[in-house]
Amino acid sequence: MSKQFQFKLVLLGESAVGKSSLVLRFVKDQFDDYRESTIGAAFLTQTVSLEDGTSVKFEIWDTAGQERYKAPMYYRNANCAVVVYDITQSASLEKARSWIRELQRQADPSIIIALCGNKSDLSARRQVSQEEAKKYAEEEGLMWGETSAKSGEGVQDIFTDIAKKLPKSAPPSARTAGGRTATGARQGVDLNKQANATGGQGEQCNC
Amino acid sequence: MDEEYDVIVLGTGLTECILSGLLSVEGKKVLHMDRNDYYGGDSASLNLTQLYRKFRPDQSPPAELGRDRDYAVDLIPKFIIASGELTKILVHTDVTRYLEFKQIAGSFVYRDGKISKVPSNEMEAVRSPLMGLFEKRRAKKFFEFLQGWKDEDPATHQGIDLDKDTMEKVYQKFGLEPGTQDFIGHAMGLYLTDEYKNKPARPAYERIILYTSSMARYGKSPYIYPLYGLGELPQSFARLSAIYGGTYMLDKAIDEIVTDSDGKFVGVRSGNETVKAKQVVGDPSYFGAGKATEGKQRVIEEGKVVRAICILKHPIPGTDDSDSAQIIIPQNQVGRKNAIDIYVAMVSSTHNVCAKDIYIAIVSTIVETDKPELEIRPGLELLGTIHDKFVTVSPLYTPTEPGTDDNIFITRSYDATTHFETVADDVQDVWKRMIGKDLVLKKRDVNVEA
Repeated sequence: MSKQFQFKLVLLGESAVGKSSLVLRFVKDQFDDYRESTIGAAFLTQTVSLEDGTSVKFEIWDTAGQERYKAPMYYRNANCAVVVYDITQSASLEKARSWIRELQRQADPSIIIALCGNKSDLSARRQVSQEEAKKYAEEEGLMWGETSAKSGEGVQDIFTDIAKKLPKSAPPSARTAGGRTATGARQGVDLNKQANATGGQGEQCNC
Repeated sequence: MDEEYDVIVLGTGLTECILSGLLSVEGKKVLHMDRNDYYGGDSASLNLTQLYRKFRPDQSPPAELGRDRDYAVDLIPKFIIASGELTKILVHTDVTRYLEFKQIAGSFVYRDGKISKVPSNEMEAVRSPLMGLFEKRRAKKFFEFLQGWKDEDPATHQGIDLDKDTMEKVYQKFGLEPGTQDFIGHAMGLYLTDEYKNKPARPAYERIILYTSSMARYGKSPYIYPLYGLGELPQSFARLSAIYGGTYMLDKAIDEIVTDSDGKFVGVRSGNETVKAKQVVGDPSYFGAGKATEGKQRVIEEGKVVRAICILKHPIPGTDDSDSAQIIIPQNQVGRKNAIDIYVAMVSSTHNVCAKDIYIAIVSTIVETDKPELEIRPGLELLGTIHDKFVTVSPLYTPTEPGTDDNIFITRSYDATTHFETVADDVQDVWKRMIGKDLVLKKRDVNVEA
């Protein structure tokens, strides 16, 4: 049986840069041009299988429109973050920089941060050069990639790269995944009887 | 801000956030605003910087207390009853997915100068140092009576009618001593005064059964507590509201509740912008906080609570080094004949609310005199050396009108009870006033693994 690890991933970025579209492409391989905002989804999950036989299950938290007014709970125990900007809007990279500063201040110091330039299909209207974004990412020690949620280009790659980089040596602590334990190492009490009753790996409810 | 909403929610305290979440799930278009730049209002949990900014703006937190980010100090001390109404709301709305809970390690009661564990069933009653040999037998019979009660089986009633006979009469039937009545009514029934004794016994019966069934759930105490502090609760309901389309706006001044010539709600003004909505709901601080605003007294003060947040460097003496505890000091035990109980709530680094080897205890009661700090002294004296202490006296506000005429719905301040049952009551009450129907929570089995 392959080993599965579960991690909490938070999305950050200015509204309309395509955060939800990116996740929708990754999780359901869908795209909707007129997509407004995500309603009713607490978080989505998707599993990435790696060549070494392990698999990584992401529990992906969208901002749910609370971009400006995130609660500290949002970052709590996040193992990785995807900070999204729109390559056709240079202001969105500035905003991404401020999210990254906030992550560096508030999140766990071991958090893995990926900077993601979305809407690569609109490169004719490009305002943010690859060189500029890449240089900034290198300076800050971030992963970097460009994606198109519309065509799907680069989407799988960026999540797979994060999955590869996440530490698999130690299983995620009992506090990963927003309160639910990924392994049997529960330390608290669970109010939902039906959730994870056996403590088996990867048997979470996929809300 | 030219959109029109169904409901504007003012304040991000727990009551408002639960309502906001439930309203959004119901399909209402909700705008949720707060004057602060953080979630939680009075039910927030603060880090050290925020705590000092609030209580000692001229001081910065001492370095010896450790890292700022390790702290989440509650302003209102309350625990969640494992089988209570808030638990039902948490499970019904599925916000449990954002939270992790731990047990509170012990439930204690003060009796004759020392603290003892509260027995929660007939087995524990017979071992408890709170009672003598004969009293234990009587208490055992009393608990067996409560546990065995079946409405439909008169043989279990032993001549008692829970809906007519007073609790006093039930105590007398089993011949329980006043000290035993004290811990049963106050530490298990969680009544703050003795008024319940003169009323029909059913509510008291239900509260004692709630205590024992909550106790049976996890074993150590009937209480659970969210890791990272109570402030996680409003945040999780705010997220629920947001994922169902609720719009959030923090750090926003609320300057006026705008009404029409009939006094009916129109909108909320912030600076020179007015947002319109059909209804508004919010905490009392947005509606005058006891003073008349826009020519109308919307909330009145019912009393005051004194709360002392104490930083300790040791567990509370006499609690077997529990990492967390509740201690009830019944009014009769400290001669507060006209007042209510004093109680102590203690949590620690086990709950991710402070640095290692630090313990946060909050002592509180209703203010009866002009020397509130003196009134909580019996509680403070139980704590041993108090490293530092932050004392607040907060008014308890209640709305003057139900809001059904003017579409202005106001929640109540967080009271002096030790738990969230009254918060759940307020949510249900406000919901009914706003929607015109009872709040029906989906029936789900809330049994748990420990």
